[in-house]
Amino acid sequence: MVRVRGLTFAYAGQPPLFDGFDWQVGRDEAWAVIGPSGCGKSTLLYLLAGLRQPGSGQVWVGGQELLRPRPETGLILQDYGLLPWATVAENAALGLRVRRFYGPDGRHAPREAKVEKAAIGQQVVWWLERLGIAHLRNKYPAQVSGGQRQRTAIARTLAMQPDLLLMDEPFSSLDALTREDLERLMLELRAETGVTTIVVTHNIEEAVYLGQRLMLLRQPPHREGLLIENPGGGQLDYRQHPEFQARCSDVRELLGEPTVTGGKGTRA
Amino acid sequence: MFASSSASQPSRGERERVRKRDALLAAFGILIFWQLLALLIDRPILPQPLEVLQAFVLALPEDLGRHLLVSAWRVLASIVVAVVAAVPAGLALGLSPRMDRLAAPVIYLLYPIPKIVFLPIVLLLLGIGNLSKIFIIALILFFQILVVVRDEAANIRPELVASVRSLGAGRRAIFRFVYLPACIPAVLTSLRVSIGTAIAVLFFAESFATTSGLGYYIIVETWGRLAYDQMYAGVMAMSLLGLALYMAVDRLQHRLAPWLAVS
Repeated sequence: MVRVRGLTFAYAGQPPLFDGFDWQVGRDEAWAVIGPSGCGKSTLLYLLAGLRQPGSGQVWVGGQELLRPRPETGLILQDYGLLPWATVAENAALGLRVRRFYGPDGRHAPREAKVEKAAIGQQVVWWLERLGIAHLRNKYPAQVSGGQRQRTAIARTLAMQPDLLLMDEPFSSLDALTREDLERLMLELRAETGVTTIVVTHNIEEAVYLGQRLMLLRQPPHREGLLIENPGGGQLDYRQHPEFQARCSDVRELLGEPTVTGGKGTRA
Repeated sequence: MFASSSASQPSRGERERVRKRDALLAAFGILIFWQLLALLIDRPILPQPLEVLQAFVLALPEDLGRHLLVSAWRVLASIVVAVVAAVPAGLALGLSPRMDRLAAPVIYLLYPIPKIVFLPIVLLLLGIGNLSKIFIIALILFFQILVVVRDEAANIRPELVASVRSLGAGRRAIFRFVYLPACIPAVLTSLRVSIGTAIAVLFFAESFATTSGLGYYIIVETWGRLAYDQMYAGVMAMSLLGLALYMAVDRLQHRLAPWLAVS
């Protein structure tokens, strides 16, 4: 699904974040990328989304070299990225409206995805209901909670039926309960849609809960990440397993953080 | 737990009704004040409201109506010209820091200049017809709108643009779905603020070297003939024109930017 070869990237006037970086993500896999802030993990996601271009090296997504944002890739950001002047329903419809705006040109929208105006409404309602926010459809983002905003952003992205879902600290602005709620929801949605997911987070519990494979990024520049298999990740009740805590401690140690007991994940 | 907090607030319709009632009360209060002042001064230079209203109704089908229409058309045309020119220019400056760096010092110098002082030159260049008046008002509105649209476009968060780009939006769609709707409220606010100035400038520009418009009607046709009742009818017409435009922009803002009313 994703293949990164010899990736080099640096922001202007700064030391490189990636220097000959390699990575590979298979179809249907659930990845979590974890590391301290400033380690370049969000930049990596932007590179995979086609919103930034590598200095050298290549990013391949879905069998093609990535030169611009790819219509089949969905992106979910920490600050939701909702239009403040559009209602929940209008925001959820935005991706489909953009597709309709261009037509199926293969560049801004998949070639086979012809979007009918009437179909937009139906699909949006379906997704709003699935995410439990249909009753808020006429509210503006400023009128709903952070969790509901992120649900709106998720509905907007999934309505476009992406085959790759990229999430950048998706739940970091939310309180612990809402966060765990949405983490569970993401696991359900992943099971329903089979979408390949890559979530970037600085939260160890979140990474271990969501990712079946983990990649640790420490101090840049990165040549490769430290890969950890986490076969229990992605199970709804994984938090209750003793293995979950052990895995979190492992990761914490590998990241060089002091081991603290009783992370907030244990009392879920 | 996440129940929306707006349920306890009055709905928008309710709020508007309250505002309407307040506005009517205020209008009534102003009329009473005027009536008292007229009785107190008791001279032809301040007629009573009813006399003026009578003169207004009588003059409207005659020449006053024509002058009102001419003035209204000049302001509306100026607004359209200013919006059509300033919105794209403001967006361009807001989106291109390089262009803004070039233009900012020029705008900084030109913005505070009272454009009305160019009226003699504009009259010389564009003649004494509609064109010169529309140009001078549009020039004033242009700078107001240009500055707010530029700032609005420059302040759009890059994360918002990135997330819309990730939905497949290219330049055109970003423009259509992000920048354009983002600047609508700013345009309307700047219009609302500058309508008073626009009409003041119109009044001045119409008060000489012309034969039509409310400014001409007030200064030349009525004041010049000491026809105070009609002069006040002209003042009333000009006030109503300003009020109507102000309310129209207000309504437009409610319709085009409903999210501002709820947050």
